[in-house]
Amino acid sequence: MVIAVAMDSREDAARPWIEAAAPAYPALIDRDHRLAELYNMVNVPQAAWIDESGRIVRPAENAGAYEAFRSLDFETMTVPEDKMATAAAAKATYVDAVRDWVLTGRDSSHVFTAEQASARTAVPSEEIARAHCHFRLGQFLLRHDRAEEGREHLAEASRLHPRSWNIWRQAAEVNDMGLAAGPDFWDRVNALGDDYYYPPVDMAGMPK
Amino acid sequence: MTTVLSDLGEFSVDADGGEGLWLGAGEAAAATGWSLKPEGLCRGDVCVPVPNDRAQAFAADGKVNLAAFWDHMSMPAAHSREGDVWALGEASAVRANDLRSLQAPDFTLPDLNGVGHSLSDHRGKKVLLATWASW
Repeated sequence: MVIAVAMDSREDAARPWIEAAAPAYPALIDRDHRLAELYNMVNVPQAAWIDESGRIVRPAENAGAYEAFRSLDFETMTVPEDKMATAAAAKATYVDAVRDWVLTGRDSSHVFTAEQASARTAVPSEEIARAHCHFRLGQFLLRHDRAEEGREHLAEASRLHPRSWNIWRQAAEVNDMGLAAGPDFWDRVNALGDDYYYPPVDMAGMPK
Repeated sequence: MTTVLSDLGEFSVDADGGEGLWLGAGEAAAATGWSLKPEGLCRGDVCVPVPNDRAQAFAADGKVNLAAFWDHMSMPAAHSREGDVWALGEASAVRANDLRSLQAPDFTLPDLNGVGHSLSDHRGKKVLLATWASW
């Protein structure tokens, strides 16, 4: 069972993607990023594996994305082929692991023991918890035509939780393609330096 | 009217004007899960006593000042300039304990038709809980 959740404060932004994909599984909209708050998620795509009893066997993590986009050549607007190949390999490795888990359950080598899963669980700080309050308040104010005040709370949320791309990109201006990928985004990405945008998944065979 | 945003949902409440967030004890419990009892403000087995020296700032006349309690309990909160909208969050330590317990936090979110879906609806199946975004 897949549950896909769009971290999208504007339902209209998510709708065309969901309608085009027309998935057989639930495609939900999380306008207040509640899931990010509950599972301490900071970016998309992230995913958690939850077993039949409702236990997390892989805590929230990058769902097989590879940051090929960081090698974008702005003159040709292309990404080098080797980076594209690595991205494809990362995605395939992740999807294969999901299939393995579906077929073999707890025997899958990708399922963590409780100890491993607990150790790999990133938990929120007080600042992160406050950030989610400001984000939620900000989204409420935006929906109620109090945009200026709402944006102040989104900015405060991002200040309190600077590692959350979800919070920052949701509040950022989007381009004609609906992407929050303007100069400010690239400045933030470049400021990462050697740090990851999509931290490699802790999974056998995953390219780094 | 005042709006309270909590883990339990979005609530329109009848708050007193002025400082803090004063709600009738029943309304406060419905919006947050915290009930005013003789022992203090309680949720499940946990009770937070009203500080003796400042009792009037926390509870009076069957009303409870949730803002004061949230601050006292070091729980996260944010409010609008006019104090008419409050987001009352869960303590980060509680979230952390919940996550480390590995019991997947339940949630209910709408699909495009506004129909709510909960994680707990799918107990008995493996769930790949995956996020994405248009942006």
